[in-house]
Amino acid sequence: MTDKEMLFEYLLRLGDNCVILSQRLAEWCGKAPVLEEEMALMNVGLDLVGQARLILDYAGKVEGAGRDEDKLAYHRDAQDWRNLLLVEQPNGDFAVTMARQLYFDLFQQLQFEALVKSKDQTISEIAAKSLKEIKYHVRHSSDWVIRLGDGTDESHERMQNALDQLWGFTPEMFDMDAVEQAMVDAGIGVDVSTLRDEWDARINAILTEATLKRPDVTWEVRGSREGKHSEHLGYLLAEMQFLPRAYPDASW
Amino acid sequence: MSNTASELPLYEVFIRSKNGLHHKHVGSLHASDDEMALTNARDVYTRRSEGVSIWVVKTDNVVASQPEDKASFYDPNDDKMYRHPTFYNIPDEVGHM
Amino acid sequence: MVSPVTDDREEIALNEAFQAKVDAELKIEPKDWMPEGYRRTLIRQMSQHAHSEVVGMLPEGNWLTRAPSLKRKGVLMAKIQDEGGHGLYLYSAAETLGISRDEMYEQLHTGKAKYSSIFNYPTLNWADVGAIGWLVDGAAITNQIALCRCSYGPYARAMVKVCKEESFHQRQGYEIMMVMAEGTKEQKAMAQDALNRWWWPALMMFGPHDSESTHSTQNMKWKIKRTSNDELRQRFIDATVPQAEYLDLTIPDDKLKWNEEKQSYDWGEIDWDEFANVVAGNGLCNRERLQTRRDAHDGGKWVRDAALAYAEKRKKRAAKQAA
Repeated sequence: MTDKEMLFEYLLRLGDNCVILSQRLAEWCGKAPVLEEEMALMNVGLDLVGQARLILDYAGKVEGAGRDEDKLAYHRDAQDWRNLLLVEQPNGDFAVTMARQLYFDLFQQLQFEALVKSKDQTISEIAAKSLKEIKYHVRHSSDWVIRLGDGTDESHERMQNALDQLWGFTPEMFDMDAVEQAMVDAGIGVDVSTLRDEWDARINAILTEATLKRPDVTWEVRGSREGKHSEHLGYLLAEMQFLPRAYPDASW
Repeated sequence: MSNTASELPLYEVFIRSKNGLHHKHVGSLHASDDEMALTNARDVYTRRSEGVSIWVVKTDNVVASQPEDKASFYDPNDDKMYRHPTFYNIPDEVGHM
Repeated sequence: MVSPVTDDREEIALNEAFQAKVDAELKIEPKDWMPEGYRRTLIRQMSQHAHSEVVGMLPEGNWLTRAPSLKRKGVLMAKIQDEGGHGLYLYSAAETLGISRDEMYEQLHTGKAKYSSIFNYPTLNWADVGAIGWLVDGAAITNQIALCRCSYGPYARAMVKVCKEESFHQRQGYEIMMVMAEGTKEQKAMAQDALNRWWWPALMMFGPHDSESTHSTQNMKWKIKRTSNDELRQRFIDATVPQAEYLDLTIPDDKLKWNEEKQSYDWGEIDWDEFANVVAGNGLCNRERLQTRRDAHDGGKWVRDAALAYAEKRKKRAAKQAA
């Protein structure tokens, strides 16, 4: 891979997370447990759409093949997507959505804090802008995990199940490979393997306050870096991409 | 009504739109605790950058005067015009005071 | 709160004082004395309005996951979020009259309270999202501007906020229609199809003819309502017809014609049987819209219970620590 291809690939990894997770949050529309929470979920979703647009727009420019944010979002098949397996997992109940959100929000915060120092000016600016939003997301999801964990017996059980159910998708977040390493070497990217300890410490603190157990799960799955996704992604894309795929000549 | 007991408490929301102005009542919302009330207020009432500061107060904690008290609360001040500057006649020659 | 009035003469005097205040364009505030009918009418109208906003999120939400570009997805998400916000402002204003949000939900979920029938029609193609913004929000704004001067303070203030935020809704809808009407043959067909299906329901949003309207006279006297149904409907038609012409789309009414003398449009007649049928709960989507709302509320109960239990535990812990 050339340097340019590596950077393009790296940007897809950053941007695709935002596209897919915002799509999942959009599915909550009209179904949130409280009207106020409806507003909160949509705010997070909107932030992610905004981040996705900035990052994919830049990715398209780096690639230089004439693909814009929408070409990238609406005309790639599952094997070309680079989002984490975690973010494509279905919403489940509110506890599952909050567990997924907490795992990702915390990771994204640590990742973007480091990316603010990126030598790539555009990445650095996007990271700085997004970080303000992400800090709020972390506050939102950790508040909820604590409330549900330390709430009723039912909510405690649901929250624990949700954490367990998604835990095996988290190790992938901290994987390094040739692309990640090249970006670190170029001073553009962040060594995600070094974020693990901090992420663990913060998760542990939140789970302790929530009276929840750190998941005792031995399985872990990975593959998104090579486009090996769970079966959920195909359906998500089929729905999301329907219009631009059905009417490729149209603009909207 | 069956669910009223489990309804989240009501909070009143006050927003300072910019420094130099008072916080102003903008409406209410439901939240289980103060932190949720504050973040909900942010999500509900400042979507268009309407504020730089938010107060939330549990509605139960608001102490309000009653309309029936209007006469004894406010009317007695209607005849105390000496509290207003226009009560005093100062000749024009003195200038602005 | 309503003072217990045993004396008829006192009641008449209070009523007269109330009406004098309304006539003088003074706002009525939550704790002021008000006739029981005024309170009931407001609760009915405001909760119906709030329910409409919240149920109204669903037909558009139906296309949120299929919005054809990231920009459109963001815009639609912000718009639907506004609707949730407007529902919330209105519930909040209604709660000042001594009814809880849960009680209003209960009335919605049991079918006792209504919401705008327009949301019982399905959204079948992407142009429907445009048509809803253009026509449904357009009709709503026409109504809502009139309500900003309503005599009940909290309602009027909520409507001012709603109107301020709504102004982008209609424009984004019209822009979607514009892009589609100028787009491919298929897109233009979608736009026309959407207009065909939403035009008449949008006109129904203004309610029955003034001659048939049961609440109108008293509501006008109380200044809850400031302009008549037919007047608002005509205002909407006169504003919208040229907008459709600009799009080169055909309004599905063969009686529609400019009347030079009146300086406004003549038009056909609403199918009032259809209107009554949908209001009665027999529209295409009545059942699923309500079911979605019930499921959200009932399905969210464990979350709300947990949040309350957590708040309670924390309060106890704090008290223990202080002791």
